[in-house]
Amino acid sequence: MAQAIERFVPDGATVALGVALEALIPFAAGHEMIRQGRRNLELVGPISDALFDQLIGAGSVRRVTAAWVGNVSEGLGHCYRRACEEGVPSPVEVHDHSNFSISLALWAAAWNVPSLPTRTLLGSDILRTNPNLSVDGDLVYVKAVRPDVAIVHVQRADALGRAHAWGPLGITEEAGLAAGGVIVTCEELVDPEVTLSDPNRILFPETKVVAVVHEPGGAHPSPVQGHFKRDHAFYREYAKQSRSVDGYREWLQTWVIDVPDRASYMKRIDADSLRVTHARPSAPADYGDE
Amino acid sequence: MNSAYTPQELMVAVASREIRDADVVFVGMRLPILAYAVARNSHAPSARGLFEVGLMRDQPASGFLGTMGDPPNVTGALWATRMSNAMALMAQGHVDLGFIGGAEVDRFGNLNTSYVGDPRKPAVKLPGSGGGADIAVLSRRWVTLMKHERRRLVERVSFITSPGYGDGSRGWRKRNGLLGGGPVAIITTLGVLRFPEGGGEAYLATVHPGHTIDEVVAQTGWRLQVADGVSETSAPTDAELTAIRQFDPEGFWTNPLVTET
Repeated sequence: MAQAIERFVPDGATVALGVALEALIPFAAGHEMIRQGRRNLELVGPISDALFDQLIGAGSVRRVTAAWVGNVSEGLGHCYRRACEEGVPSPVEVHDHSNFSISLALWAAAWNVPSLPTRTLLGSDILRTNPNLSVDGDLVYVKAVRPDVAIVHVQRADALGRAHAWGPLGITEEAGLAAGGVIVTCEELVDPEVTLSDPNRILFPETKVVAVVHEPGGAHPSPVQGHFKRDHAFYREYAKQSRSVDGYREWLQTWVIDVPDRASYMKRIDADSLRVTHARPSAPADYGDE
Repeated sequence: MNSAYTPQELMVAVASREIRDADVVFVGMRLPILAYAVARNSHAPSARGLFEVGLMRDQPASGFLGTMGDPPNVTGALWATRMSNAMALMAQGHVDLGFIGGAEVDRFGNLNTSYVGDPRKPAVKLPGSGGGADIAVLSRRWVTLMKHERRRLVERVSFITSPGYGDGSRGWRKRNGLLGGGPVAIITTLGVLRFPEGGGEAYLATVHPGHTIDEVVAQTGWRLQVADGVSETSAPTDAELTAIRQFDPEGFWTNPLVTET
């Protein structure tokens, strides 16, 4: 993980994170960015459940291009508020989107066109504050957003970059196609014969993937279908502690700075109580052999 | 059955009654997740829920949901897909009813979930639109739920994240190209506000049990119109309360002491 972040997420990079919305959030990757002291990042995402807030509180972020930043089950993002209202720890510029428009901004980049038209957002003041949205007649034009890198957490991947994810995908596909490169972090590192047995499930072409990190538990406290439930109490505790700057710093020290890597982090949580123990596999798809 | 109930349980019951059978419902976070489950278990057995994360369901999830992306919402889904596909359905007018949470709403049903004060130097930065603005523009009709306070129900919102009826003038939505029909109800902790046919200004339609018209008017930040023959909101039935408590056994969403609305 440290190498992947070191090499592919430089200061000032535009990074798409949390693109499957509430599930599969690459928290381990975000925490590594904080440990490495990244600065001036632009974060791109739909809704962000706590991870953007944590990166903003750590002073890593210069701009947010997203539809929603907070803590989904608890409400407000306190670090986001402090950054926008008081410039603490540093001011953050916001390019507001809706979920639909951020998806379109990434599809525009994926298809290599300057913008895409839509009928959403008419009548919304988001059109006034985001310079990348404009109206012509009854259509809103959403300018392309091109991340330098997209980071996704998935259930399984092989070492050559073929990633399998299941459950709702949010804006995962357009984020990966739009990005210059994709970092995949995964619960299970599997042989290519597993991923290639079901090519429909592969998220991105392997040519887009720049790094694969085997990082079990790398999405905690967000859920991973078939592996981990959502740790609601952890989000509640974060919301409580991050209400004050001191509380946030203490949280950051405990859960990010003092933890060298994800394996050590996993020893500090009760992972067994969150692990999914009842299997419910899908029926295999027969691709035939001729 | 203990038929004492919390304000949030009443709001969920009232919200569930907005769902008609066979509706496709764009289910928002928090109380609407419960409202969908209650409706589906009673008067709307063939409703379908569409979730912006990229899911469609018929049966409500069997386990507790802290978010719509939680694993129990995926298990047994009718469709697990990408967000843009869910938005495509809504853009085509296939979503009958949407739910949107709000921090502030005004007399014309416009919602603010972005900025209190000047966006360049906000007094309060709220989380943002999420899918709210999309629902407000594109769903056939929508409903919002909110704690009833003067600071939340305001004359005009300082920022329109999710448009209702704009400046309240006749035909505002159509003139501005908005495809969906707009808000039909504001469900609060004190009562239910509705809109005239074709949109415009919200009026008080029902008052929740234990509250008075005067109290609702006093807690509203504009001169609230009151419907002739304003009635009392029907309390949650035993069946509704049973369903609510089945899907939220620990009161995560419906305990007023811990619910941040």
